[in-house]
Amino acid sequence: METVLSGLATGFAVALTPLNILLVLFGCFSGTLIGALPGIGPINGVAILLPIAYGLGLPPESALILLAGIYYGAEYGGRISSILLNVPGDAGAVMTTLDGHPMALKGEAGRALSLSAVASFVGGTLAVIGLSLFGPLLAKFAVTFSPADYVALMVFAFASLASLVGRNGIKTLLGAVIGLMLATMGIDANTGVPRYTFGIPDLLAGIDFLVVVIGLFGMAELLHLVEQQVSGRLRTLPVDRSFLRRADLLRTRWTILRCSVIGFFIGILPGTGASVASAVAYGTEKRLAGKSGDSFGTGDLRGLAAPEAANNAAAGGALVPMLTLGIPGSGTTAILLGALLMFNVQPGPLMFTQRPEIAWGLIASMYLGNVALLIINLPLVGLFARMLTLPQHYLTPLIAMLAFVGVYSIVGNPFDLYLIILLGIFGWVLRKLDFSLAPVILGFVLGSLFENNLRRALSISAGDWGILIEDWKSIALYGLAVLVVILPAWAGRRSARAAADAVED
Amino acid sequence: MSLKSAAAAACVALAAALPALAEIDAPECVAPAQPGGGFDLTCRIAQQGLDGAFDRPIEVTFMPGGIGAVAFNQFNTTRTDDSNAIVAFSSGSLLNIATGKFGTFTENDVRFLATAGADYGAVIVRADSPYADLGALMDAFKADPGSVVVGAGGSVGSQDWMKGALLLKSVGADPRQMRYVAYDGGGDAIAGLLGGAIQVYTGDVGEMAAHIGDGSMRILAVLAPERLEPPFDAYPTAKELGYDTEWTIMRGFYMGKNVPDADYQAWADAFAAAYKTEAYRQARESKGLMPLELSGPEMDAQVKQLIGELRDIARDAGLIQ
Repeated sequence: METVLSGLATGFAVALTPLNILLVLFGCFSGTLIGALPGIGPINGVAILLPIAYGLGLPPESALILLAGIYYGAEYGGRISSILLNVPGDAGAVMTTLDGHPMALKGEAGRALSLSAVASFVGGTLAVIGLSLFGPLLAKFAVTFSPADYVALMVFAFASLASLVGRNGIKTLLGAVIGLMLATMGIDANTGVPRYTFGIPDLLAGIDFLVVVIGLFGMAELLHLVEQQVSGRLRTLPVDRSFLRRADLLRTRWTILRCSVIGFFIGILPGTGASVASAVAYGTEKRLAGKSGDSFGTGDLRGLAAPEAANNAAAGGALVPMLTLGIPGSGTTAILLGALLMFNVQPGPLMFTQRPEIAWGLIASMYLGNVALLIINLPLVGLFARMLTLPQHYLTPLIAMLAFVGVYSIVGNPFDLYLIILLGIFGWVLRKLDFSLAPVILGFVLGSLFENNLRRALSISAGDWGILIEDWKSIALYGLAVLVVILPAWAGRRSARAAADAVED
Repeated sequence: MSLKSAAAAACVALAAALPALAEIDAPECVAPAQPGGGFDLTCRIAQQGLDGAFDRPIEVTFMPGGIGAVAFNQFNTTRTDDSNAIVAFSSGSLLNIATGKFGTFTENDVRFLATAGADYGAVIVRADSPYADLGALMDAFKADPGSVVVGAGGSVGSQDWMKGALLLKSVGADPRQMRYVAYDGGGDAIAGLLGGAIQVYTGDVGEMAAHIGDGSMRILAVLAPERLEPPFDAYPTAKELGYDTEWTIMRGFYMGKNVPDADYQAWADAFAAAYKTEAYRQARESKGLMPLELSGPEMDAQVKQLIGELRDIARDAGLIQ
């Protein structure tokens, strides 16, 4: 505890210098914008600004403070286009569309933006607190997660997402299967054999997650808008002046806290990040809500707060293995690690003793950054919400342009732009057939993690399936998976009985 | 002096006399991947190390898609005579060419230009591993190739897998018996090693710089032809321990096949001159690479020979029929 306090003291001494405060503000602000633009997410925001930070000749701790600010700032900003446009601003914001956009359609865009900003703030701040108090300890635990444990984690994720199977069970499952199928494309890591690439070299590495998100969600949404416009069914939305209410916070406080914890732990695990975290958080909350969870997907406050708290907490969690062990847990932290190496700083356990100004300076700056993000974001809510009043015939092409530029700036391959159009048409057809697109995306993310880890586990055990239930962590996760399926049903029956008793009285 | 070498010498003299020939007016280094990866770093070495070689600084551009196959195909179809552009490659790309993953085009459809530097394979275990030295590990491989769980960041058939396969082959074991776990990148594989999911990690020396000194892992051997420079001079090579296994990760650049000889030579000379400068050394070292300095037709020939060798190894290992 004492080392934490003295470390934080060192850190704040670094973070509170005028230059570093300025960099935190700049990083957070540009991160919010980068996150808000559909297509451009934290990973390329950081990658694009890395050479600039290096070129400015900043000291390593300042450069890292700037880059990290862009990273969690982008995680913060991703919610904006999810809520306003139904187009996820980055991969971690897919689940935010489910309840965020319906709220915007109901004229509550401001309320949704401000509530999600607070949820993001709590998630981000709790993650920094977790990082400063238990960082090294948690990282040591996270690496003991074996492939078999990841399999169990994915089973848990699937179980919690079973709550998404709503009125239309068959279509939800079909959607998930389509996602799983898309995930199998590309070179299979365990055999080196290309699968479903049809001899097209562009498909050898599989389909990028971003391309699937922008294509299925973004382009399909645009086609839907155009269709409504042509048929004259498009409603213009009134100017939106709604804002967060105290009751909203009271109602979602446990959701936000629970999902921050879920997001933080999933973020720490190498290989799983904001998108898995927000999906699990959303599913779990819907399950826990029991009967009242039926309103999830129609603009429920809890359905909005859950993924936002989780994806920001996951962004902080992903820094834990990077800082304390020198192991990048996600694509963006891999780039941050590369940034440290460029400055001849070796991340890992020794960094906290040898270069405390960098390790603790970064952590301290994240406390400031989260506060700054909240302060930057709340006054801007009204401005962002006004975007919805733009006439659709300006907005639609603008979003399309942003999405294309965003995707091209990351993947840099014209082939993927055609792919986006194809996936967009496919997504639009699915929507016409009354499919929900979220299961497709989740099948895509969870499916490849599930397959790869299952096969890793079986390679380790030389084909013995027993490895899946060897470890207490796996068994505990399977237990949780069963609970998350059974508990709501049991609770539902109990409350029904209680209601019946009450009637009898 | 034979006529041929005299002609070559004249060419070199001419090129040296006229630096940056007219055609190279917008030099560009294509990293066939997304920003931030190994190809990006390779291009940055050219950008920083060759600063001033041309009228304009080298611009780094990105052409991701299909593990580098998209760039390779483009320089075989539409940009075969682009004098301005060089494309980064690594041994991994060479292996993909050798195993036919890049489609119908082969190494003879491009011209290899120069190396950026080298990294070497390493055999890494956790600090408390029962394998005290490489000998103990190799004995285990020999007794039962399936008794050791090996893992790394690449797929089966990638260079990470190849390092393990070559180790097994050096004691006469069948590489296909290896229990290999394919992780998604080196970071996840190191996590797997530290967490105990895998017992041996076939990684690279360069990435170990970050972990030397924290006492969490041990390097049993490096797969280099000879002892490396500090800080890696303490580690024995597999060769000196009696196991004929070597894996050099070459990083370098290629150009289109139809680039005029004079422009190709101008680039090659720019690299040959840069190798001698302090700026180049710093650029290379800051990207974690060790010296490997080859350029021009000599380098082109060596790389093509190397791909031939890789093809034989891949065939032996059962990767291609």
